[in-house]
Amino acid sequence: MSHLERIIRPRRAWFSIDWRRLLQYRDLLWTLVRRDFVARYQQTILGPAWFVIQPLVASLAFTAVFGRALHTSTDQVNPFLFYLCGMLPWGFFSNILSNAGNTFQANAAVFTKVYFPRLIVPCAVVIGCLAPLALQLVVFLAFYLPAVAGGHTAGPDWTLLALLPLVTLQLSLLGLGTSLLTSGFSAKYRDLQHALPFLVQIWLFVTPVIYPVSQLGPRARVLAGFNPLTPLVESFRRAFFGTGTVTPVLMGMSLAGTLLLLAAGLYSFQRAERTFADTV
Amino acid sequence: MSQTSIEVREIAKKYRLGRIGFTSLRAELERWWSGRRGRPLAAEPEDFWALRDVSFDVAPGEIVGIIGGNGAGKSTMLKILSEITEPTAGEIRLRGQVASLLEVGTGFHPELSGRDNIFLNGATLGMKRAEIRRKFDEIVAFAGVEKFLDTPVKRYSSGMYVRLAFAVAAHLEPDILLVDEVLAVGDHAFQQKCLGKMEAVARHDGRTVLFVSHNMSAVSRLCHRAMLFEGGRLLAQGAAPSVVDQYLAKATAVRGRWHRPSGQKGHAKVSLVGGRLLSPSGAPADVLPHDAPVTIELECEERDVTAAWVLRISLYDQQGHELWATQDIEVASQRMPRPGATLVARCRFASPLLKPGVYTVGVSACELAGDAPVALYEEYEPLFAFEISAQGYAGTIGRGLVRPNIEWSFAWRT
Repeated sequence: MSHLERIIRPRRAWFSIDWRRLLQYRDLLWTLVRRDFVARYQQTILGPAWFVIQPLVASLAFTAVFGRALHTSTDQVNPFLFYLCGMLPWGFFSNILSNAGNTFQANAAVFTKVYFPRLIVPCAVVIGCLAPLALQLVVFLAFYLPAVAGGHTAGPDWTLLALLPLVTLQLSLLGLGTSLLTSGFSAKYRDLQHALPFLVQIWLFVTPVIYPVSQLGPRARVLAGFNPLTPLVESFRRAFFGTGTVTPVLMGMSLAGTLLLLAAGLYSFQRAERTFADTV
Repeated sequence: MSQTSIEVREIAKKYRLGRIGFTSLRAELERWWSGRRGRPLAAEPEDFWALRDVSFDVAPGEIVGIIGGNGAGKSTMLKILSEITEPTAGEIRLRGQVASLLEVGTGFHPELSGRDNIFLNGATLGMKRAEIRRKFDEIVAFAGVEKFLDTPVKRYSSGMYVRLAFAVAAHLEPDILLVDEVLAVGDHAFQQKCLGKMEAVARHDGRTVLFVSHNMSAVSRLCHRAMLFEGGRLLAQGAAPSVVDQYLAKATAVRGRWHRPSGQKGHAKVSLVGGRLLSPSGAPADVLPHDAPVTIELECEERDVTAAWVLRISLYDQQGHELWATQDIEVASQRMPRPGATLVARCRFASPLLKPGVYTVGVSACELAGDAPVALYEEYEPLFAFEISAQGYAGTIGRGLVRPNIEWSFAWRT
């Protein structure tokens, strides 16, 4: 008999996460990542191509509506490239939130029948969302590189380009934190289940995805600073086109917001984890 | 000497009635608002103790059966042991790796192939990838699905699906295995195979098995020891046959009819609300003469149900032998689900067949896929008991389980 000993007793601490156990279940993490990827495009003709069709079509639509018809500024960047670039961080973030933002309800059948650290599920979603991001990046580069070579658009800001992996990491944490928070909340109140798609939609409009921060008035710009997503999306544009408003203050606020959401998310998630099986 | 494998000390679990189920934000706000204005909206929901003061030990290599009526707390105990929910008070020590099997096929994804699902289900149950890979061929052989490994499991017959799911579970190698009623699905031959596997796991590999079951003969046969739960308390424990007898004696005290207690909410899809024994004239009865046909009537509320489902009735004698089990499969396929309606089903069998004595009726409702039951809605083992009197019985009561009309005759050949 192995020497493992587990003690089960009511958890009284207001915050407790068993990190070591989380690590023990890493095989499940990878299996879930694989499941999400394979299952999503089973029985579709185009398969993973859908990962790139969505942002491409969205960018074309934005180009037609905001670029051509409404003449929204894109900081002198080719509108199509501008939108396609903005869709990289936004698509990644919204993908995480849509797929992990309702973890408890979506997995109720499994969660009431077997134990494993529930945090594995949203973590698997975040990792799984990196695959479409990578595919979208390839598509973006396919349009971007010829445009830069032909001198049709400004070149990259090399410093920020080198920092993009870190920006992506922060995006992941922000997506995870927000998802944990909404999951924890919707475990108890079903309301949020319906509000989630709506939240994603609103968040798109208050984030500089279809417009640059430079177009905002001074007051709107302050408000935009409270959206942790703002400088992250702008960072992507700055990295590729050298435009976009990325200041230390904005980045600092964004980092603080990310950490705050992550802490609040972890707290709400582990609280919900303890009692979810009783309320379902 | 060796340490105990499971130590349970004064475990209690409290649910708040009226709070089970989802709260909406609005309801919570209303409660908060009326609370602030000093007018409680409704009486605070009562506490309900699903378990109270439960303590026991299990030694390594023991197979222990947990028995008891519905709502006795057996499933809650298993959920706490498998960490799906937390106890309200008390402490449990588990020595060794634990795996729980509360359902077959937990986490199966219909779109994925059999191969992928073996890995997915195995990982969900706590197996390492390398471990699954090592046992892969064995699992596939046990399930007998070699030819369909790369087919999505949604195309599997329900029998194949259950076999594959159980095969994965059967190859878990935990030190402690917690099993709940999973044997209620699948065909008889496969159930026997599963029981055999479970027995082998404990007998030969020295693993500890905790087994919640309604199948009294399986408990008597397989388990070294049994624990009887009632009303959230551990009522008795000891040698399996004697605890089973104690339970059956209690169970046979409910005669002739059953109604769902008003506090019990029942299953969300199909819920049994009543059952009774009917005399040949159609009147409720609890004793029938030996030569009268027996009719069992069941009332089920169809709730949020979309799939076809079946009722099963089992008849047990006083020793817990299952005399037979029958499903209403032929008629079930003729009726469409009618959410909100109450179904009244009758099962009649001709007599004389039963010996004078006390019998218990077990009932379950299962979702049906094709012609095989796949998911259990509700199960009552037993639902109620009834008596067959010696009235109309000619001759002596001989050995054996049943007593049909038997005629002897003779002639001389000279």
